[in-house]
Amino acid sequence: MARPLINVPAKVKRGQAFEIKTLISHVMETGYRYTTVGARIPRDIVTFFSCSYNGEEIFRADLSPAISANPFITFFTVATESGTLEFKWVGDNGFSEIATATIVVE
Amino acid sequence: MDGRKRGATRRAVVIGGLAGGLAATLWVVPARATPEQMRAAIRNVVGTATVRQGRVELDVPPVVENGNTVSLVVTVDSPMSATDYVKAIHVFNEKNPQPNVISAHLGPRAGKAKISTRFRLADTQTVTAIAEMSDGTFWSATAEVIVTIAACVEEF
Amino acid sequence: MNRSAPLPRTVRRRAAAITVLLSVVIAGSVLAADIPLDQRRSGYADLGRDSKAMQDDDNVNPATLWVLDGEALWNQKAGAANRACADCHGDATASMKGVAARYPAYSPARNGPIDLEQRINLCRSEQQQATPLPFESRDLLALTAYVGRQSRGMPIAQASDERLKPFIEAGRKLFTQRLGQIDLSCAQCHDDNWGKHLAGSFLPQGHPNGYPLYRLEWQGVGSLQRRLRNCLIGMRAEPYAFGSSEFVVLELFLMQRARGMTIETPAVRP
Repeated sequence: MARPLINVPAKVKRGQAFEIKTLISHVMETGYRYTTVGARIPRDIVTFFSCSYNGEEIFRADLSPAISANPFITFFTVATESGTLEFKWVGDNGFSEIATATIVVE
Repeated sequence: MDGRKRGATRRAVVIGGLAGGLAATLWVVPARATPEQMRAAIRNVVGTATVRQGRVELDVPPVVENGNTVSLVVTVDSPMSATDYVKAIHVFNEKNPQPNVISAHLGPRAGKAKISTRFRLADTQTVTAIAEMSDGTFWSATAEVIVTIAACVEEF
Repeated sequence: MNRSAPLPRTVRRRAAAITVLLSVVIAGSVLAADIPLDQRRSGYADLGRDSKAMQDDDNVNPATLWVLDGEALWNQKAGAANRACADCHGDATASMKGVAARYPAYSPARNGPIDLEQRINLCRSEQQQATPLPFESRDLLALTAYVGRQSRGMPIAQASDERLKPFIEAGRKLFTQRLGQIDLSCAQCHDDNWGKHLAGSFLPQGHPNGYPLYRLEWQGVGSLQRRLRNCLIGMRAEPYAFGSSEFVVLELFLMQRARGMTIETPAVRP
């Protein structure tokens, strides 16, 4: 499985809001689909996503089966200090994925 | 496919017509959200507060080629200051099997109240976005999306 | 399989309309020549605004996840020979540039054309001494997406190898041959009626210039062969098996029918 794809600007000016784009590989099986013999395919989705900036949570989202496969989420945050952005995805069947990105603030 | 309502869907019609009499698969119809269930889901979030129209911009395509992947951008008009900011953005639908889409929690550190994602719509329906403000007020916007089906698929 | 109840009147009317439309399509068909170059139209042109945006930006295109997997596989040692693709081919961004634009290519060992998936598997078995990757497996899709990505923006090459001529003709024959329960050929829709709508879906010219691609319907990346199988199922014809010679000559023909068009791999389509 590919690591999650994170897109942040290389450098940001202090105090400026910048966009973070995230994309992760996940089937997001809704739990509402049936096989051709009528067996229900069990739900298997990412249920929660969060982002921390130098340890402090700046964004989180509760996802539902309505989110498309390979969840794509973008949001903004204000550049405060240079440091690390940590991204976390949690889901059904013990799914857990963490990714990090560095941000340079000038 | 995912989240599609069952029964006499457009796909079943097309298949029925093209096959010229070949019978459609019997699908079990799962419970699906109704506008009333969506209102209940919204009440869950806003409680007894009034939801006002405005300040929220909901950007979804008016027509999509496939209900599996619908682009969604929600932008809320807010200074996003320490004292006046968007706490959360909640998105709902009215005809999928369940009414929730996403609940995003922001805060003054967001700088800009704008989120985007891609979501699924089981059929042509109305999408509602509600912004929860730091002062306890709720604002909303709605949009209608026409969902069409892709051609030539893997199963009947 | 049984219908649980008779279809409502509006639905039956629509089914009748579709049958009428199809008879018109069948009645009015002619064996068509290739679409002139200036009229060739990629499926991209008829995408919605958001699907176009998805394809245009690698950070937003879900197929990028497969391309990244492919890049990792390219550099990973495999097989009894313990060799990575990179060990022979070096940096794919240089060595693989233009390759997808001239496949399927003639293989002297096979006395016929092979497609990119078969070429990759030939390398795996002969050079890496590894087991070939199954068709439509995530690994094979990732590698073909990664290799195909290196030709993005380049025009599909004209097949200059004379030995390919009979195989291109074989592909053309398949493309114009009536098949299946509805007795329909590919050409009848994609040469004679492209640009119109069939049961609410837009009819494209059906070019292979973006494969492997992220199909919204699959919610994942798939090959041209998977898409062609979907076409055959839609035509109520027996789909050819993955890796069959029918698919290779069909792909060869389709690439020549699309020669000069720009490679978009990995594309996004409904």
